[in-house]
Amino acid sequence: MRIPFSYIWRSLWTRRLTTLLTVIGVALVVFVFAGVLMLARGLQATLVETGAANNVIVLRRSATSELTSQVDRTTAGVLDEQPEIAAATDGRPLVSKELMLVFGLKRKQTNALTNVSVRGVSPKAFELRPEVRITAGRPFQFGTHEVVVAANIAGRFQDVAIGADLVFAGDRWTVVGLFDAGGTGFDSEIWGDVDQLMQAAGRPVFSSVTLRMRDSTQFAALKARLQADPRTQYAELKPERQYYSEQSQAMAGFIRILGLIVTIIFSVGAMIGAMITMYAAVANRTVEVGTLRALGFQRRSVLAAFLVESIVLAVIGGVVGVALASLLSFLRVSTMNFTSFSEIGFGFSLSPWVVFGAMTFAIVMGVVGGFLPAVRAARLSIVGALRAS
Amino acid sequence: MTILKIVLRNAFRHRLRTALTILGIATAVMAFGLIRTIVTAWNAGVEASATNRMITRHRVSLIFPVPLEDRDQIARVPGVTGVSWANWFGGVYGNSTDFKNFWPRFGVDAETYFGLYPEFVVPPEQLAAFRKERSACIIGRKVAADHGFKLGDVITLEGDIYPGPWQFVVRGIYTGRDRTVDETQMFFQWDYLYEQVKQREPGRATDAGFYIMRVGSPSDMARVAAAVDTMFTNSRAPTKTESEREFQQSFVSMSSAIITSLKVISFVIVGIILLVLANTILMAARERTREYAVLKTLGFQARHIAAFIIGESLLIALCGGLVGLALTFPIVRGFGLALPGFFPVIRVEPLTIALALCAALLSGLAAAAVPTVRAIRTPIVSGLRTIG
Amino acid sequence: MTSPIIQIRGVSKSYRRDSMAIPVLHAITLDVPEGEFIALMGPSGSGKTTLLNLIAGIDRPNEGSVSVGGTDVTRLSESDLAKWRSRHIGLVFQFYNLLPVLTAYENVELPLLLTPLSKAERKQHVEAALSLVGLADRLHHYPRQLSGGQEQRVAIARAIAPDPTIIVADEPTGDLDRQSADEVLTLLERLNREFHKTIVMVTHDPHAAERAHTIRHLDKGELQ
Repeated sequence: MRIPFSYIWRSLWTRRLTTLLTVIGVALVVFVFAGVLMLARGLQATLVETGAANNVIVLRRSATSELTSQVDRTTAGVLDEQPEIAAATDGRPLVSKELMLVFGLKRKQTNALTNVSVRGVSPKAFELRPEVRITAGRPFQFGTHEVVVAANIAGRFQDVAIGADLVFAGDRWTVVGLFDAGGTGFDSEIWGDVDQLMQAAGRPVFSSVTLRMRDSTQFAALKARLQADPRTQYAELKPERQYYSEQSQAMAGFIRILGLIVTIIFSVGAMIGAMITMYAAVANRTVEVGTLRALGFQRRSVLAAFLVESIVLAVIGGVVGVALASLLSFLRVSTMNFTSFSEIGFGFSLSPWVVFGAMTFAIVMGVVGGFLPAVRAARLSIVGALRAS
Repeated sequence: MTILKIVLRNAFRHRLRTALTILGIATAVMAFGLIRTIVTAWNAGVEASATNRMITRHRVSLIFPVPLEDRDQIARVPGVTGVSWANWFGGVYGNSTDFKNFWPRFGVDAETYFGLYPEFVVPPEQLAAFRKERSACIIGRKVAADHGFKLGDVITLEGDIYPGPWQFVVRGIYTGRDRTVDETQMFFQWDYLYEQVKQREPGRATDAGFYIMRVGSPSDMARVAAAVDTMFTNSRAPTKTESEREFQQSFVSMSSAIITSLKVISFVIVGIILLVLANTILMAARERTREYAVLKTLGFQARHIAAFIIGESLLIALCGGLVGLALTFPIVRGFGLALPGFFPVIRVEPLTIALALCAALLSGLAAAAVPTVRAIRTPIVSGLRTIG
Repeated sequence: MTSPIIQIRGVSKSYRRDSMAIPVLHAITLDVPEGEFIALMGPSGSGKTTLLNLIAGIDRPNEGSVSVGGTDVTRLSESDLAKWRSRHIGLVFQFYNLLPVLTAYENVELPLLLTPLSKAERKQHVEAALSLVGLADRLHHYPRQLSGGQEQRVAIARAIAPDPTIIVADEPTGDLDRQSADEVLTLLERLNREFHKTIVMVTHDPHAAERAHTIRHLDKGELQ
């Protein structure tokens, strides 16, 4: 005979305040857990999913980021000639020679000076990166001091709207358009003509070269040939995806470990809270349990009833927690990426997997927190229970 | 006196429940301690800033160098009592994906640098050896310990900003003057950098990365900053001069999002402490409704009842707080080991300990609020009628 | 003839349950002379416990006045009433109501903590009270180590330790077996006879009522 669900439900309602406190506790933990999961996915989207499958980035050997890499004109020239490179719509090789700079802009709300990445690009850059799309204004004209700014950056920093003039490297640069990079790392950058920027910054060499391969299986052959060539022996080739994933390792690693520790601690706290509530529930209803058993309900029904009660508590808390966490998807976080030394923005990304993971987590908490008290309830002897008051 | 006796015995009446509550609070206090320590560690550079040092760098971006010729002009500005310069070298040691292999590496002016950083304590004979040898370097005690570097060892770096293989001989190991000093840095001769770059990449000139100045007194800072920056406004390298504290702060502010979320989380944690404790005290007070009524019949006043409940709450909160603090130290150490190289200085500050205890005690008071009011307001007759 | 130690005039009391007022006592008038041992009897719901609560100062009437030892307790503030109770009332309950975390000694000492007595003086009173009830050998036992009858005797010791003006007992033998009940009642009789304590007892046990001097009946909130 199974104990009716309404008994479980009404028991929770009778001790409303205690129930509420426990539910809030579980909700908070699930919120943090879901938040961490969402952050990890958001980071993944920004840092790892940046980069196209067939794109290859060329840096100076052992450079850890474009900022500290140099690729000189000779090397770049040799790269242009490689047969494995795909052709652009105009038949020329799909290659972009690029320069990375960093300069300070003031954040809108906090007025804090923050490093923003400036990328000097070649004309093929837009075709190489189809995820980058102009959303306002127009693309900049090569050969001029025009730039386009990621819409994200324009939104977060002072004086960066269309028509504004940015002053760096001793020159004025006019913002003529905003772009959206689909949540990838480029969403935190300013783009301009690489030749103009090199001149203004007094840099004689590029930072990197990005190229698209016709067929990605030819990567090894290309790499080997360039290694053997004395003109390009200091160049290192990496699939673009791998490069961006490495960029984020320090950041991602840090956030993952921190998130993990915080979540573990929080969940231990919530389980303890659930345990306390459930033990109290058992203690308070000793006579009830005795009565139920005297009426003929089995021990395992009693165990199940208390366990289910604990799980119901946890599920309610879990739903509340996930609902709160979903609000996070409206939040964009920006911080300094340790490796690239400049601002990187990312969001919280909610997905069915996150919801599933969070609810599973909640249920596990309910089971673990409620198990021992439920066992205690089931173990009560009928006479002992009825006599207790 | 007897109130304390009753409070103590009441608190441990339900040993399991009290133990769980203390454990729950301890867990939360430990999390609080860990997170606040991380926030403090992040700001460690700012806190450790000297009060009389300033940094001059390229106005547009730290990655643009400033001309070496500016040095003499800066030294002549009234208020400046010492000038040096340094370049961030970067480079890669060993496997670049291992956090442990990342530590700050600078090319510095051998003659003047250590005079401006008295907190880096170098034995005089080691400093002399460093100055004499071109490819010598001085490293911090912690990085030496972490990697087993000893005097005379050769450290090989693969340059990135300044490409190619670089080798430095350890001629000195510095220790921090106090516990807030970063002991993971590495310094070699700027002149060596300059010469090598000239050889390896003819046509590439090396300028100073940034200047460090010592001023006579902190009140001179604003004037010196204005004077230096005005001097170079229209040069090819306009400068930004600020106190070392502001300079360090600018790095911290770039990560402000993470720091802010950590601070928010620490408040949430305090809320959790409150919830766990409130839950328990609520249950305990409800169980003792009849006892409090009996005490009232005996003539005990509202303030006595309040003392019992608040006392029990504070006692449990304090126990939880102390256990949590005890656990914070090992977990901070564990965190430091899991992410080496991230925080050169990570320790549990006295302020963090104080805040954690305050959080626990305040939670103790807050958790007792509703049960106390309820117990006081319950008429004696209703209280007596309650069945435990 | 000295005035009655308890004087009740025109007392009415009703309780609110949800939005209804349920009348419990109606225009009660009662005098209890000093040294009296009076039993209040009646069916359940007759209001006898309520009347007892009013006399003990742990509840207030809606109308009328209650005077004990010359003090009109209906006029006292809450905290004054508490103080007054500690000095003048000794309460004995059906379910003993000892604090489980305190020993017999500490339970009896409780009301004395509200007096200016020194620790040594308190010790005297406690030991005297516990001797009187015959439990001098169980000073440091906890309630769970005592039988029902012994617990009730500790409760009586607690009630008399501060030397109160009157003793108020609500069904003191209600939860006891025959033998323990007799012991308790004998004790109460002795307190009344030897020490001249005024005792007001509510009971529906006729054996208990027999021991009292006077029996009054309550029915539907009115004294017969």
